[in-house]
Amino acid sequence: MVKSFIPKTLTEAAAIRKETGAVPIAGGTDLMVRYRNIAGTLPTFPWPVMYISNLEELKGISKEHDIVVIKAGTELSVVCESALVHPVLRDAVRQMAAPALRNLGTLAGNICNASPAGDANCVLYALGAEIELATEKSMRRMLLSDFITGPGKTELRADELMTAIRIPVHKETVSFYKKVGTRKANALSKLSCAGLLSVENGTISDMRLAVGAVAPVVVRSAELEKSIQGMNIDKFSENEESLFQAYSDLIVPIDDQRSTAEYRKTVACGLIKEFFRLIKEELS
Amino acid sequence: MQEITFTLNGKIITVTENPSSRLLDILREKLGLTAVKEGCGEGECGACSVLKDGKLVNSCIVPIGAVQGVDIVTLEGIRDTEEGKCIIDSFAESGAVQCGFCTPGMVMASAALLRTTPKPNEYQIREALSGNLCRCTGYNMLITGIQLAAKRGEGIW
Repeated sequence: MVKSFIPKTLTEAAAIRKETGAVPIAGGTDLMVRYRNIAGTLPTFPWPVMYISNLEELKGISKEHDIVVIKAGTELSVVCESALVHPVLRDAVRQMAAPALRNLGTLAGNICNASPAGDANCVLYALGAEIELATEKSMRRMLLSDFITGPGKTELRADELMTAIRIPVHKETVSFYKKVGTRKANALSKLSCAGLLSVENGTISDMRLAVGAVAPVVVRSAELEKSIQGMNIDKFSENEESLFQAYSDLIVPIDDQRSTAEYRKTVACGLIKEFFRLIKEELS
Repeated sequence: MQEITFTLNGKIITVTENPSSRLLDILREKLGLTAVKEGCGEGECGACSVLKDGKLVNSCIVPIGAVQGVDIVTLEGIRDTEEGKCIIDSFAESGAVQCGFCTPGMVMASAALLRTTPKPNEYQIREALSGNLCRCTGYNMLITGIQLAAKRGEGIW
């Protein structure tokens, strides 16, 4: 049987992490399910674990200059109620799971789980979120898009804990978020899509598009986004077809228990077209 | 094994358990609170719903190690209170209880809703029950039950 710990402070948690490699469990909405055993018996975790949901140091949402800081242990239900949090992220989080699960689950847990189907991730990618990782003695930050390297794979080191998610304040002209799943509550999504558009004087000053669950990691292309900058309605209409094709080439979904590659590709392309329609509407 | 102290239905208790034990198992098997039901065991059905610090959670995915120092309320903790009686009577009168397996979880979800939203509209009720499955009523009678409880229990939440 693996060891389990209940640290009282973040410092203690970091020390336990370093000494034993214990995996932190906050809400348990992924890990308690994945490793569950028959009723009345313990979950079969393959590694030591520590329960961190009561660490006050990991709770809360604040604003530091132009960055909204969501501490890692903050529950989803708190995120979707906070006026500091970007409306599209709140909207995405509000559509996740169901009330009881949102009272337990955290964005940080979702990120570390690194499921391509993680609902909020495409919005966090679009907003350019950074994550903060701490050990007993050091702290580093990196872009979320650099942190997640593949399905279930992250850059988290064996002695690190995620302590916060840092989201630059972003104001856009048009926002777009769609999640497609079988059932509104609980079911994991087949795919999700987030778009943010800023327009100044009839030209695109900033455009971001992120699609989740259609590739090993969230799809967002810095190159394509840059190429769209500065376009007005004529230029955008002229390039729309080739842009769409370029995005379509990045959508490489798989068949799994939730959906088929063909369905995901068709719907993702439909959502991208819809966002493009909104862009044209805004530009003209 | 570790000592874990928490408030259960208004009383402070200490249990000595492996921190990874599910709150659901401790409540049912060790503490005899069998209103908490195990349906799916993976947080999808809501039959095991309890309140943790006043918020609805699925006790099947809450490890007892996460309960240190918190306040847990099960159906047993509210069924004899004014609000519990109001919800339960309204459910009974609306035909919201058939086989009864989901009922304790439904009552807890209703209490969590009415405490924050004493006059919920139908959308808010459906959203509040979205994590609780019922295989008998088709949900409409549960919604009627909550609407009745909201009307009757004005001022008690």
